[in-house]
Amino acid sequence: MLEFIVAILLLVLGGLAAVLLSARPQAAQAAGQIGAIAGSALGLFVSIRALVTGEVEGMSGAWPMPGGGLHLEIDALSAFFLLPVFGLSVVTGLYGRSYLAGGDSGRGSAATWFHLNLLTAAMALVITARDGLLFLLAWEIMALAPFFLVIFNDRQASVRHAAWTYLAATHLGTAFLLVLFVMVGGLAGTSDFSGYAAALRDHPTLASGVFLLALVGFGSKAGIVPAHVWLPEAHPVAPSHASALMSGAMIKVGIYGLVRILTMLGTPPAWWGWVLIAAGVSSGVLGVLFALAQHDLKRLLAYHSVENIGIILLGIGLGVLGLAQGMTTLAVIGFAAGLLHVLNHSIFKGLLFLGAGAVQHAAGSLELEELGGLFKRMPWTGTTFLIGSAAIVGLPPLNGFISEFLLFYAGFLGLVQSTVNIAVAGLISLVAMGLISGLAAACFAKAFGIVFLGSARSREAGDAHEAAAPMCAAMAILALLCVAIGLAAPVVVSSLASVVAGAAGLPDGQVRASLATVAVPLSMVVAVFAVMIGVAALAWAVRSYRLARPGIRRGPVWGCGFLRPTPRMQYTASSFAEPLTTQFRFFIRNRETLVPPRGYFPAVGSYSSDSGDPFLRLLFAPSFRWFSAVVGRMNVVQHGHTHIYVLYVAATLVALLIWGSL
Amino acid sequence: MPQAHWFFSPLCALLLAPLLLGLINRTKAVVAGRRGPPLLQPYRDVVKCLRRGAVYGEVTSWLFRLGPVVNLATLVAALLILPFGGVGAVVSFPGDLIVLAGLFALGRFVTVLAALDTGSSFEGMGASREVHFAALAEPALLVALAVLVRVTGGLSLSEIYGVVTIATWARALPALALVAMTLVVLELVENTRIPVDDPTTHLELTMIHEVMVLDHSGPDFAYIQYAAALKLWILGALFVGLVVPLRSGSLWLDGGAALLGMAGLAVVIGMVESAMARYRLTRVPQFIVGAATLSAVAFIVLLV
Repeated sequence: MLEFIVAILLLVLGGLAAVLLSARPQAAQAAGQIGAIAGSALGLFVSIRALVTGEVEGMSGAWPMPGGGLHLEIDALSAFFLLPVFGLSVVTGLYGRSYLAGGDSGRGSAATWFHLNLLTAAMALVITARDGLLFLLAWEIMALAPFFLVIFNDRQASVRHAAWTYLAATHLGTAFLLVLFVMVGGLAGTSDFSGYAAALRDHPTLASGVFLLALVGFGSKAGIVPAHVWLPEAHPVAPSHASALMSGAMIKVGIYGLVRILTMLGTPPAWWGWVLIAAGVSSGVLGVLFALAQHDLKRLLAYHSVENIGIILLGIGLGVLGLAQGMTTLAVIGFAAGLLHVLNHSIFKGLLFLGAGAVQHAAGSLELEELGGLFKRMPWTGTTFLIGSAAIVGLPPLNGFISEFLLFYAGFLGLVQSTVNIAVAGLISLVAMGLISGLAAACFAKAFGIVFLGSARSREAGDAHEAAAPMCAAMAILALLCVAIGLAAPVVVSSLASVVAGAAGLPDGQVRASLATVAVPLSMVVAVFAVMIGVAALAWAVRSYRLARPGIRRGPVWGCGFLRPTPRMQYTASSFAEPLTTQFRFFIRNRETLVPPRGYFPAVGSYSSDSGDPFLRLLFAPSFRWFSAVVGRMNVVQHGHTHIYVLYVAATLVALLIWGSL
Repeated sequence: MPQAHWFFSPLCALLLAPLLLGLINRTKAVVAGRRGPPLLQPYRDVVKCLRRGAVYGEVTSWLFRLGPVVNLATLVAALLILPFGGVGAVVSFPGDLIVLAGLFALGRFVTVLAALDTGSSFEGMGASREVHFAALAEPALLVALAVLVRVTGGLSLSEIYGVVTIATWARALPALALVAMTLVVLELVENTRIPVDDPTTHLELTMIHEVMVLDHSGPDFAYIQYAAALKLWILGALFVGLVVPLRSGSLWLDGGAALLGMAGLAVVIGMVESAMARYRLTRVPQFIVGAATLSAVAFIVLLV
């Protein structure tokens, strides 16, 4: 535990040193980077050690504030969720310095390091806190630090708007958590987590209330539809390595919170599972549909985070349903699928955001229609982005396929049960997962294909250069992890046993036995992959051998007889996605303006589409306007005169005194 | 794991898959009153392309060359888990049907990226249509498999297809009939046959799969043609395994019946192609979703 405290201190001190040294940008950058990498590496070591040895570390101490206690603990579940936090922080630390070096002043980069390190430390504290008040405090720091990362380019009005959207969304979520912890803490008579489970056991109705509060409160952080609206606003404007950390790690802390609360609520009723499955299906399908309509690379990636949170929830939902119906194997595999996807998503989504940052650096834009042909100019970024895309789509033989395999497996396992309820849940998750992975493949064919393939659509993209070596190294590490987890799937899944046991509240032996039933299939899966790779290598060799003699010629691509094609004639991102966005227009609700060319010699013609979030536009904007109008009426008591406010305070105190003496 | 005759399914597929294309083309020729190309023409095409050199577009990268290779490898790997003619697959394990869907998805993804690598708007158009229809076909395949899993209780393809007998049909006739219809539609959709796509059309604007591979040549194109034949075989085997429910235990009887079934399927596809026109592109999604709905109905029928 001492190492964990040291890790937190290193992170915070590195950030502080960066701020103090902000007059000298080089030194500030170095301090921030060293703090981030050293602290996170130490933290990563602690969490891996806890997972390997299976020992629970903890500490509790005195606390100078009333109504809480300093109680930290690293059990298997916490250690597992610390992996993406510390792991990604090491990688973003490696990446960040070169990324920020191109920026303007030292002030901006020092502040970025400070808030980035603070975010990592706060996430680690949230995951290890075992006291309600400490948890909420760490949660609030974790909620505030990204605000300053999002508002990095604060001169642009759109950036300020995105930051405010984030702030409003995160505090709405926190409000639910506040109610949750005050309610449970009041019932238990202590703010320590250890008392919560016993207190809730006697109140099943209250437990359902707690579950719903946790779903909304933590779900808004995780990005469940419709509380996802801050993601596509906040992720694109933050520095890319901050987006990677937020999307890869921070939204997973929301999932952690939900799972942690579930462990305190005892055996769940079946409808909780259904609620989670419904949330998972709607987030998954809508997330990927909205992603299809985007033409800003980071906005697109942000919507894919919503999709992947949906996949995670679907797994946990099947797990909860299995727990409720007493089907241990289904429960274990459902939880294992959801939890493994947490880790996998942090790896490939971190990789993709870092790749997007490299593209932005090199080509000066994230607008898909201005990019193209970067694969040859940026081989490292291109290849790693390709691996990340294939992994997030769930293609073999990468890590995304393994977690989706488990989820499909859980679905099929549900199908053969005699209970109609479970069979229907299995079918729903299979259909949803099939649709999600098909649409995700379409979306990443578009994202990768338009950005990296073909030829450049703008001069800047044509002059792009490969990212700096540390940035490439950071992306390569994550890409290797995608491959490694895919090929080492049986080992990885078996090692999840203690984590799943902690999350599902099942005995260790039972979980191990259930996971053993997928260990053999997974090793066969890997064997099939091995054959596939072998056949591909053979086919490549045959092809190279056959082409050695007749040789390879280069020529223009077939343009239907048209001889002078230009890059502008390439298919665009919008046209690529058009058939799907048109088919699902009921959900996507793009606003389009079309001025068609008229006459035999058309002079003007234009088309534009706005892919703003329909939930933001049709749900939140009107309700916030209404709320603002209602609250605006209370302006009558707000004059801006301090003496009148003092009068209010005095009047309140007198009223309280009278009430107290009654 | 290795069982008797484990080689039967992959060997049949590797040797006979192009013959399916030959049979389809011969059927179409006969219906149209032509002599048509020889039955073995698809083999000759593959060999001829293997001998040729290649021309690559100026903007293409190594991804363009990797596409056909990986696509072929995914389909060969899929043969490992494909049971055929009452004989189990080389390997079978619970959940291998998920691997089948995953391998299809990988093959499609690399083909689409190879098409986009050319920067040609025609190939972009084909790629866009391919991902659109595939996104709808994937759930359809999963629902069809879900019904089969529910009926047979098996979680692997070999288990499922090992127990489909006349008795199974008698027990779950409506459900299995609906699934068979879904599978035949998927065979047409995934292999870009009429009424979804016309493999012989000569107008780039209307093509789907063929337009994606316009710029491939030489050995790459040989791989693409052979892989297309394998995919036709694999999806065909899923259909034939269901509608030819002969499981006597004798390789000659069961395997022979399955081979006859495959030939019959090829003739049926040829007849469909002769009798129907291509659907308008906007109608294709309805066709696929309709097929998926058939299987969903089958599942509901099983529950009540």
